[in-house]
Amino acid sequence: MKLKTLGALALTATFGATAAMAELVIPDLSYRTGAYAAGGTPFSDGYQDYFNLLNARDGGIGGEPIRIVECETGYNTEAGVECYESTKGEGALVYQPLSTGITYQLIPRATADGIPLHTMGYGRTSAADGETFNWVFNYPANYWDAASVMINYLLDQNGGSLEGKNITLLFHNSAYGKEPIATLNALAEMHGFNFSELAVDHPGQEQTAQWLQIRRERPDYVLMWGWGVMNQVAVQEAANIGYPMDQFIGNWWAGAEHDVTPAGAAADGYLSLNMNRVGDMPVLAEMQSMVVDAGMGAGDGSNVGSVLYIRGMYAAMLAAEAIAKAQEIHGVSDITPAMMRDGMEALDITEARMEELGMPLVGPAFSVSCQDHGGSGLGIVQRWDAAAGVFVALTDYIAPDDSVTGPLIAEDAAAFAAENNITPGCM
Amino acid sequence: MFYREAGDFKTSYEADSQTFPIAFDRYRYWVILAVAYLVIPFLINDYWANAILVPFLIYAIAAIGLNILTGYCGQVSLGTGGFMAVGAYSCYKLMTSFPDVSIIIHVVLAGVITAVVGAAFGLPSLRIKGFYLAVATLAAQFFLVWLFNKVSWFYNYSASGQISAPERMLFGAPVTGPNTEPWVQYMVCLVFVTICAIIARNLTRGTLGRSWMAIRDMDIAAEIIGVNPLKAKLTAFAVSSFFIGISGALFFSVYLGAVEVGEAFGIQKSFLVLFMIILGGLGSIFGSFAGAAFLVLLPVLLKVIGVDLLGWPTDLVSHLRLVIIGALIMFFLIKEPHGLAQLWRIAKEKLRLWPFPY
Repeated sequence: MKLKTLGALALTATFGATAAMAELVIPDLSYRTGAYAAGGTPFSDGYQDYFNLLNARDGGIGGEPIRIVECETGYNTEAGVECYESTKGEGALVYQPLSTGITYQLIPRATADGIPLHTMGYGRTSAADGETFNWVFNYPANYWDAASVMINYLLDQNGGSLEGKNITLLFHNSAYGKEPIATLNALAEMHGFNFSELAVDHPGQEQTAQWLQIRRERPDYVLMWGWGVMNQVAVQEAANIGYPMDQFIGNWWAGAEHDVTPAGAAADGYLSLNMNRVGDMPVLAEMQSMVVDAGMGAGDGSNVGSVLYIRGMYAAMLAAEAIAKAQEIHGVSDITPAMMRDGMEALDITEARMEELGMPLVGPAFSVSCQDHGGSGLGIVQRWDAAAGVFVALTDYIAPDDSVTGPLIAEDAAAFAAENNITPGCM
Repeated sequence: MFYREAGDFKTSYEADSQTFPIAFDRYRYWVILAVAYLVIPFLINDYWANAILVPFLIYAIAAIGLNILTGYCGQVSLGTGGFMAVGAYSCYKLMTSFPDVSIIIHVVLAGVITAVVGAAFGLPSLRIKGFYLAVATLAAQFFLVWLFNKVSWFYNYSASGQISAPERMLFGAPVTGPNTEPWVQYMVCLVFVTICAIIARNLTRGTLGRSWMAIRDMDIAAEIIGVNPLKAKLTAFAVSSFFIGISGALFFSVYLGAVEVGEAFGIQKSFLVLFMIILGGLGSIFGSFAGAAFLVLLPVLLKVIGVDLLGWPTDLVSHLRLVIIGALIMFFLIKEPHGLAQLWRIAKEKLRLWPFPY
């Protein structure tokens, strides 16, 4: 009897998957548990709530309802593979795993299966080379852009010269954290600053030794590539040793409310990058009233309007726009993953369109092409105002130095192409 | 009625000392092998291969390896994750340095390299025992992970520190890389598991296994009756690491295709394999399989029941999984310290007497 039930369960798990295709399936590989849940939860809430809003308000995209399939990865690559394999059979249009480790797993798999992968501001930077990575997109910006934007901001602050300055990178000791090192080394050579690295091991709760070293060496600037609990600990440690917050810059995954609130007033003035603007937007009110208040929210509704919630919503908006584009190109509403890829490659985000969607200036205007899957790479610097409890944009969008990142991307993509016998070219 | 020796006559010493002396047991073994080799490869799909069967087979090899060390020789080890990393990174270096050599040879060589590293880290076991040895192997775990993160030579200086398996063929079919057919992945792992299990089973039944067990049961007494503790302990470390290295190499090349050492081979991997042998049964090859199957299948099963059938939130199911696995480990430690293997032994005893128990 028991065996029979188990067998039936297994059957539903495998065969139930291949049924019903008349809807747009969006898998959400989220993580609401584990050491990175603080970041994963608001992002996933924003991502799902935006699609729920489209379902509730417009009846989906192009008349086609959206079905979200959530799968918990816990930021773990093995669970990520299980999630990918269990959801891909349902006709998944695009994967956004929000984890650099899982992205590296999925790049070859998704390419072989012909399903696009969108890694917004994370993942493999050289995927910006669309001729080598046909199925992978990382617009609007990537890690190397972030490193370059940070240095351009610092150049601006220092009258155009960083000669002789000491800059330290505090990074999560993983693929994610190691990504910017090559770019920062190149930039150090170019601008004459001294660059040093400090690694923090997963999950990042133990940073005493690193901050002791920062206290001893007093670098002029500390850049941080952190995620999850590591950010909170780093901000707290910086406050403990009295490191000036205006010389401490996190990347866009190290600049959300939950990263700075534990340190209280001491975190005031902490700087971080952002790839999208935050603040009040008309679309948030709609999401609050039509999704969260209507009981269809993905989470408990407490994250609406937070930095990562807006980023999740931004990611969903980019996916939804690509779906609409794909429907327009192919003239059908029930698109396939291959059509979705065409839509993503022809994506053109303009300021007028963002205004129309109720999120004016949420991100930079950019367009994607076959050669360039990376977008514009612009980023803003934001400052934490502890008294008001909000991040305030300090600058307008700052452009990265493409002359530095461009050759690095070309080099890394060429290495990948050689390793995997890929002949670069458009599809 | 089942599992009876009655009527099963042996006419030679070879027949008497075979692995499964009871005819019924032997038939069951052949049936399982037949299903595994002749039925499953034709039914398998991507999901079953990548989410269930391939990880099960690979963890089974790791569990056999750890069981030899901990279950048979009594040396507690928390370095499994680190040794798996040695297997994975040696396989990667071999694959990229000698692309023309068969992947099978690389996997076996990765096992040999891990055996050497394991024996080196087993040296402290000659002086220290129990908890203290566990801490020494814990040092191996952290040292190896740190090493593979720190020295860029191990990951061929890639920008992210990730290692990715390039495509390698065997008999014209890709075995690693994204274009691998699920049945190929499955068959490669299955062949390794079968060979490893047969080797392990026979090692533990022979002189070497008996000297390991003597050391486990009482090392001083074993030394007095002539067991060389140096040889017994170091061979246990080497053989155990050999299997763990093979599982690490397969884990990286055939199963995941890309790994990051801190995430894939961290301390939690050591605990996972340790839980497998504790739940499955210390000192039992069957227990290694049972434990691996249990801990690979349980999360998937809970997910299917909780999320797909009952529609519960994914985070709730994920938390429940931790609670259930934790509770089961406590339950087994209290109620059945010898694990699933002991339950199977009891079941066999009962089946012998069924349907007329006395």
